[in-house]
Amino acid sequence: MTNVSVTVNGQSREADVEPRTLLVYFLRETLGLTGTNVGCDTSTCGSCTVLVDGESVKSCTMLAAQADGRDVTTIEAMAHGDTMHPIQDAFHRNHGLQCGYCTPGMVMAAASYLQENPTPTEEDVREALEGNLCRCTGYQNIVKSILDAAGSMSGAPETTRA
Amino acid sequence: MVATEQYVGSPVLRKEDAKLLTGQGNFVDNQSMAGMVWMALVRPPHVHATIQSIDTAAAASMPGVVGVYTAADLETAFPAALPMVWPITEDIKIPTHWPLTKDKIRFAGDAVAVVVAETREQAEDAAEMVTVSASDLPAVTDLEEAATDEVVIHEDLGTNVVVHWSHGGGGDQSVFDSAPVIVQERFTQPRLIPNAIEPRGCLAYGSPAAGEFTLVSATQIPHICRVGLSIATGVPQSKLRIIAPDVGGGFGSKLNVYAEEALALALTRSIGRPVKWIETRPENYVATIHGRGVLHDCTLAGTEDGEIQGMKFVELADMGAYFQLLTPGIPELGGWVYMGPYDTKAYWYEFKGIITNATPTDAYRGAGRPEATFVIERLVDAYARRIGMDPADVRRKNFLPPSAEAFASVMGLSIDSANYEPTFDRALELAEYDQMRKEQQARRDRGDTKQLGIGLSSYIEMCGLAPSEILGALRYVAGGWDAAEIECRPDGKVVVRTGTSPHGQGHETSWSQIVADGLGVTPDDVEVLHGDTSVSRLGMDTYGSRSASVGAEAVARALEKVRAKARTIAAHELEVAEDDLEWTDGAFRVSGAPDKARTIPELAASAWHAHALPADMEPMLEGTAVWDPPNFTWPGGTHICVVEVDTETGKTDIMRYVAVDDCGNVINPMIVEGQVQGGVAQGVAEALYEEALYDESGNLMSSSMTQYLVPTAVEIPSITQDRTVTPSTTNSLGVKGIGEAGTIASPPAVVNAVIDAVSHLGVSHIDKPASPERVWRAIRDAQGGAA
Ligand code: FES
Ligand code: FES
Repeated sequence: MTNVSVTVNGQSREADVEPRTLLVYFLRETLGLTGTNVGCDTSTCGSCTVLVDGESVKSCTMLAAQADGRDVTTIEAMAHGDTMHPIQDAFHRNHGLQCGYCTPGMVMAAASYLQENPTPTEEDVREALEGNLCRCTGYQNIVKSILDAAGSMSGAPETTRA
Repeated sequence: MVATEQYVGSPVLRKEDAKLLTGQGNFVDNQSMAGMVWMALVRPPHVHATIQSIDTAAAASMPGVVGVYTAADLETAFPAALPMVWPITEDIKIPTHWPLTKDKIRFAGDAVAVVVAETREQAEDAAEMVTVSASDLPAVTDLEEAATDEVVIHEDLGTNVVVHWSHGGGGDQSVFDSAPVIVQERFTQPRLIPNAIEPRGCLAYGSPAAGEFTLVSATQIPHICRVGLSIATGVPQSKLRIIAPDVGGGFGSKLNVYAEEALALALTRSIGRPVKWIETRPENYVATIHGRGVLHDCTLAGTEDGEIQGMKFVELADMGAYFQLLTPGIPELGGWVYMGPYDTKAYWYEFKGIITNATPTDAYRGAGRPEATFVIERLVDAYARRIGMDPADVRRKNFLPPSAEAFASVMGLSIDSANYEPTFDRALELAEYDQMRKEQQARRDRGDTKQLGIGLSSYIEMCGLAPSEILGALRYVAGGWDAAEIECRPDGKVVVRTGTSPHGQGHETSWSQIVADGLGVTPDDVEVLHGDTSVSRLGMDTYGSRSASVGAEAVARALEKVRAKARTIAAHELEVAEDDLEWTDGAFRVSGAPDKARTIPELAASAWHAHALPADMEPMLEGTAVWDPPNFTWPGGTHICVVEVDTETGKTDIMRYVAVDDCGNVINPMIVEGQVQGGVAQGVAEALYEEALYDESGNLMSSSMTQYLVPTAVEIPSITQDRTVTPSTTNSLGVKGIGEAGTIASPPAVVNAVIDAVSHLGVSHIDKPASPERVWRAIRDAQGGAA
């Protein structure tokens, strides 16, 4: 067993885990934060994307032990009460989700990317999403949602659904 | 509050979103229970082999292991094999399909044992310790090779050719010999892996003492699962509850009754503890159904000036190693659309279903109809090239005439309504077809490296499964009806229970729009419950673009019953005749005295306290409808794809994609557009990227998401969309269904475009997926190896 101590969504959490425990299972099973989903075993789908020290990471590619002493943000921390984060709100207004399984990963990937590049083009957004698969939406409304969120987060007037 | 807004037809934002966006989705893997154990399956590294022995001792002594079970250990757990519900012919040969195989392994993925342990890791670790001694047999995954019966996979059946279904033909078959132009083509379509991003999974629990069990499963079909799993496990339907929680996409892959569901139920019954199983992605690739895997010989008979006289298709379809729920019926589902939207005078379709040493095939988005549409649209293009006509002109010349009423078709069923030309014209306009043809010519004249191709696909679908009487005639064992219950609560809120089982399609939102309009409330006042056989008692679930045209129509019919009862109570309270009431501004109002009125919330309260109801009236304002559609629905449309093909590398880029669909009336245009976008993406994937490949010894080579190319946001284009509206005559809502249209229409649009881009170089054929290598080879071969 390894002792890990991680700040998760602003709270310090500590647990003894098997050394082979992946961060995603530490979040889901040890901490009960099931908002982060698992879609593959090959670091391909991006469903498990979270932020580690503010940067997007596929949490199935990192051991819980590697997150020791670091700051992890999951989908559960994006909304405040019933006020959604502007990215979540943009997904809602632009029909950026269907089954919703890829969605937490998409939102987290977008949150990290928009920090890096607050005014992306459509092509930028598409490239930034290359590590996140969605089988339902055809990506069109996900891209639209993220561009919309970029607009509203940078203070530009919000675009609404045409 | 009385709502007077019209919600049907508006892009109402989804009620489903909030919990999914905030990480509060209730997916099966998010659920656990006290005392729960995990299940892992043993799938040995054999493709086709006779089992000599299975050694479970080492696994049984691993830490945390509760038990290891083979088919022999579970002999009494399964009174019947896994169900296949569509024995499409009288003489069909049905392979017996047990949850665990007994004497033989017949495909990579065939499970021989199951391990139950305290944790998932312990179960998976122990599963690896089960050893199987088996002697390998030659494996056959090629369709035509399997059809020779050199290797017979189920000896008791005596052959791999287990079913031969013929439509029987329509019209004068002599045109196939006598027409001035006969075009013959052969098309193969590879197997596809559905890849819902949520893998399958289930959690079974219950009380062995009481004989009652519940299965939470990532399924599209809780109601059908209840019937199927009851048959397989012997738990009576009255004691078996199936819950489909939030389900992360299906596309047909969760339209099944699977071995793991039956095993989890049987094991919770014998162990007395909750049993959970979550599929890994590599398991998903071998143990969840595949789609497509077909080979067609096609004939088109026509005139020199572009009149199609006959269309004939003979298909071989890869069934895989066993039948799953609907396997042999999937090609037949396509068997009714092989005329496309065209007014052909002669029709022929037949297929043979072939057992192979591969994962069973079954419904994958479109189920039979994409396979049909692909070959029709490729064949029409081949015909156009042969007679030197523009493919757009050939299509226009042959469309069925418009009809607002249902009409008989050459394939024998009646089409609900049709108007294909306006849809086609709109697509040509949005694609700037004439301008694209000029640009194409200019590039050809200049000999550009990057050539332009324009691909057309006009399609018709058969949706809204299905009129029970026709299903019966087609030997399907169940009906095609659906059901809804509406309950008006005394606080003015409304509870709807639907028999459909959405997994991304937004039924909670769309159904509440219909109910809100009918009851003068807002969609937020309406709660739509689904996916639990104890909550929505009656239903036939979600597949085949049936939910709006059958399930929502049941909601509309239940609504009429509620409104009729409400009207009676209003007339009684207002002391007028029912005929003196009008429904205006969200209330029943007395004609000429609109202030004398009752709203539905008021009437719901009256019906609940029941203090002064009309004589003989039962309390509660509620209504139930079970609706059996009189016909299928028949959406149609035209998609156009414009591609740029690099003639030096064979790489295709989609420059423009236009989708104009006619799915009849629309409840929520935002959701309809989203369905088309997702469907087109899957079809583009099929056309350019995806293919499940087996090696010589029958192992799946595309065995993980890194090898099987599910496209990302970089490869999938944004599309331009529009709609025309030809209401269905099958249901009162006038809706036709849209879940599969994109996947049906897009593969031929894309492949036709790729071929069109290089046809001036002599290329007339490229298989799916039109990968850079395939395109490059096709160009090289056409140029006599000189490219
Ligand atoms: S689960 Fe982590 S990338 Fe798929
Ligand atoms: S919304 Fe279903 S996978 Fe993206």
